[in-house]
Parts: sequence; C-alpha cells; structure tokens
Amino acid sequence: MSFIDRINSPGTLLSDGATGTFLQTRGLEPGGCPELMNVEKEDAVIEMAQGYFDSGSDFVLTNTFGGSPFMLKKYGYEKKTHEFNKAGAELAKSVCPKDKFVFGSIGPTGEFIKPLGNVSEDEMSDGFKRQINGLLEGGVDGIIFETQMAIEELVLGIKTTKSITNLPIIGSMVFDKGPRGFFTMMGVTPEQASAEIYNAGADIVATNCGNGSEIMSELSKELISHSKLPVMIQSNAGIPKIVKGKVIYDEKPDFMTKNYKKIIDYGASIIGGCCGTTFEHIKRFRKFLNEND
Amino acid sequence: MIKHEGLKEEFNYVTKPDEQEHIEGLFASGDMLMQEIAYNLITGQNDQVGILVKKALDEDYAANIVLDDGLIAGMAIVGVKFRDNIIFVPEVLISARAMKAGMEHIEPILSASGIEPVGTVIMGTVKGDLHDIGKNLCIMMLRGGGFSVHDLGVDTKPDDFIDAVMEHGAAIVGMSALLTTTMPNMGTTIEAFEDAGMREEVKIMVGGAPVTQEFADEMGADAYGANAIDCVQKAKDFSTTKNGT
Repeated sequence: MSFIDRINSPGTLLSDGATGTFLQTRGLEPGGCPELMNVEKEDAVIEMAQGYFDSGSDFVLTNTFGGSPFMLKKYGYEKKTHEFNKAGAELAKSVCPKDKFVFGSIGPTGEFIKPLGNVSEDEMSDGFKRQINGLLEGGVDGIIFETQMAIEELVLGIKTTKSITNLPIIGSMVFDKGPRGFFTMMGVTPEQASAEIYNAGADIVATNCGNGSEIMSELSKELISHSKLPVMIQSNAGIPKIVKGKVIYDEKPDFMTKNYKKIIDYGASIIGGCCGTTFEHIKRFRKFLNEND
Repeated sequence: MIKHEGLKEEFNYVTKPDEQEHIEGLFASGDMLMQEIAYNLITGQNDQVGILVKKALDEDYAANIVLDDGLIAGMAIVGVKFRDNIIFVPEVLISARAMKAGMEHIEPILSASGIEPVGTVIMGTVKGDLHDIGKNLCIMMLRGGGFSVHDLGVDTKPDDFIDAVMEHGAAIVGMSALLTTTMPNMGTTIEAFEDAGMREEVKIMVGGAPVTQEFADEMGADAYGANAIDCVQKAKDFSTTKNGT
C-alpha cells in the first residue's frame, strides 16, 4: 500500500523520534555535522532507523536535516551535498521493512530569500534540487520539509520537489506561542501555513519542534481546524532543561501519550516525536495506537 | 509630542501606560524632521532614513540628537511591536537595515566628537554553534539603544570572548545559542571567565531559542534576555548599576 493510501485508510500513522538526541549518544559532538555520520558512522545511523522501526514507527526520517548545501557549506562540506543525502537515504532504506517508509528530511537552509536575505529564489531552489536528487537516488519514499519558519522558503521547497518527483511531500513548520497566539519566527500563522502548504501542492500539513506536548496539543487543535490536508504532529519531549551541566528533555512517554491522545482526538493523522523523544517514547505511542486506534 | 500622522498610528501599537509615557518622552521635542526619521525607520524605508538623516545633519542638527530623537526613538516602537507579535523577524531586519543607513552618517561624527556610548558589549554565538539570526537582531537593537557592540560572530571560543573583553574594555558580554547541544558552552565560557579571574569585571547575559531563565541561573549568568528588546533592557540595567545611578 502506498503512503498516501495508508494516510487515507483508518488509523493514525506513527513516524519516528529525535535524530540529534540519538546521534549524540553515538558520538555526535555538540555543534558537529550530523550528516557526516552518514558516511563516517553508518552503523549509528542504521541503528537509529532500525531502532525506530523496531519500536513501531511506520516511517522514519533520514539523517539529512542539515543536508542543504547552504548548511553543509558552514562545515566545509558543500560539495558533499549529494553524497551525504544519498547515503542518509540508503542507510535508512537498508533496514526499512516492506510495508514501511523512509522520508527524506530537509531542514531550513539557514538563509533568507532576497531582498530580505542574500540568496535568490533560483539559488535556493537549486540548493533544494541538489539535496532532493541525493535523497531520491538513495531511494526515499517521500520528502519532508521540517522546522520551517519562512513560508516563502517552504513553498519554494515544495514546488521544487514537485518539479522533480511525484512522491508525497510533508510541509512542517515550527510555531511559538506569543502574546497574540501562534506564529513562526517569521510571522506565519497556523492558518496561513495550512493554506499555503496546501496551495503549493504538498500532501500533509505538519508542525514539529519548539514546544512540549501540552502546548503542541493546543497548537494542533488550531492547525487541524484550518487544514484541508491530513495533519502530522511531532512534539519535543518538553522544553530542554539543564541538570548538572547536561541538557535533558523531561517529558516521559506516558505524559506525552496523554497529550497525544488529545491530539489524535482533534484529528491528527500522523504523530511522532521531535527533540528529546527516544525509542521508549515511540514504543509507548505504538502501544497506545495499537490499543486505541 | 507626536505630530507626524504616520507616527501617531504607529504609536497606537504601544499600549502599556509606562511605555507610552517613556516613548512619548522620546518625542517630546515635537521636531517634525526627527519624527519623519523615526516613522521611516519603523516602516523600514532605508533609503529614506539615510536621506533624512543626512538632511538633518546638513541642517546642523547635532548627531546625538538625530540618534536619540530620530533613530533610537523609532527603534523603541519597533521593539514594542516585535515583542507584542505585531511584527516579526523580517520587519525588524528591515528596520535594522534602515537604522544602519542612518548610522552610516551619524557614526563618523559621534566618534570624532568623542561622545561616549551607553556601554560596550561583546556579542557572540558560542562555540560549536553556527546560528546568528537572533544574535544579529540583538546587536542591531543594542546599537539602536546607543551601545557600542563588538560582534565576534559564530562558533566563538571562550578565550575569544575573554580576549575581546580585554581588548575593548567591555563590561558586558552577550552569548547566544540556538542548539541545545551547544547551550552548555555558555556555562563553559562563564567558567573560563572565572578561571581567568575576570568574572567580577563583566556582566554576562545569555539568550537564544532554547535558553530559559532557569538555564541562565543554573549556569551562573547575570541575566537572561527572552528577546532582542529584553537584551537591550538587561544591558541597560547593567549599565545603570555600574554607574551607581
């Protein structure tokens, strides 16, 4: 069954948990380039995908969040764009069961489109193409734009993807709760995001990161009420705290599950985890879905 | 007194009584040219701001008056609008660009005349972190608030912060981090100041998306800035404490 058929079938789909949080336990240095591990620490990247599939994920995301040439350039790896993205896709695909999926992850480019920033639409679109082509060659089943803040960038990414492939596309933005409600850093509301992601031709509207599961349930209610497309929610395991010099996310699987129950009741089609969520969280969500969905 | 029609409309976004009083005070002179500069800064007309500032200086307005009554007064409204979700990062960046267009005319005069800045701040994104949008916003707003700012850029090692403090005689250090993985490097930098025997000489403020007051306290920072406006406020608080006023 195709991914889109699965979405249109009854039941909630489960994606994976955090990538960075896991890779740090396998030697990723603070501020290091996670995508480099796709060619230098393949075992760790495979272990992560395998772990999430085993925990019950219906699909996992590739370790290519920062795989845009604009981001890789900061580490001196711009020329490795194709190689890192292709490798990231191949590693996840190598352990992907037959009825499950791998989505190629694309995070923010870190650039603003002209005139606000220094990069033209064409340059940014070319950057997307390079990343997407690597992911496609590695065999992904879909593309997800994650943690997006600027709607222009996300829409351009979706349109660029559609010019290359017919695979399903997820558009996911990160919202903050401010004095006047939910906005991205660049001022995009959930309502505007839903409309523009739909108009650009994506298949799923989503939000990830930025919030713990309580705020995320509030946000998901708003996002779902505006969206013509199925909605995906990936919450952090709380807001990071420092305990004895270490960063921890303290929302336990049971606590998050309670909030995800609400999120599913509001009508989410896909749930998963962002920063701080682990195999244990995904196992607990799987158990909940198996018992209740 | 605010006479400029457009500026009056912008002023409507300021709703807290103490802020209304403060910002009205900034426009107390009622000078139309200064209000025109402020209005163009708020609406992000950078060419216009440059032209108007130059015009004011040609008409013998003092550079510090143009800075205070035009640019800084306008930035105060930008700050309130940003904090209250009326405007967002793009609009602030555009206003900051307008500020810069004005400062290009003012800065040479100020430095030649020896007018002291409100304070000197060293700013940088901590070691291992390559993100600088938030830090750059803070720098723009600090400069708009009359501070002299030295920008160390991204991936700043603790020693670089220390060297910059010594080189510029700065009393304030601001550190930024976007990644949770690099946040602890703020603590490492604070320790480095302690090890260098310089912790008492500087006030250290921290900020960035994942940073919280709790986190700042845990690391021993002197202040946490929730946003760019707050950052300026904290820096001002330090400066007044330092002067004992």
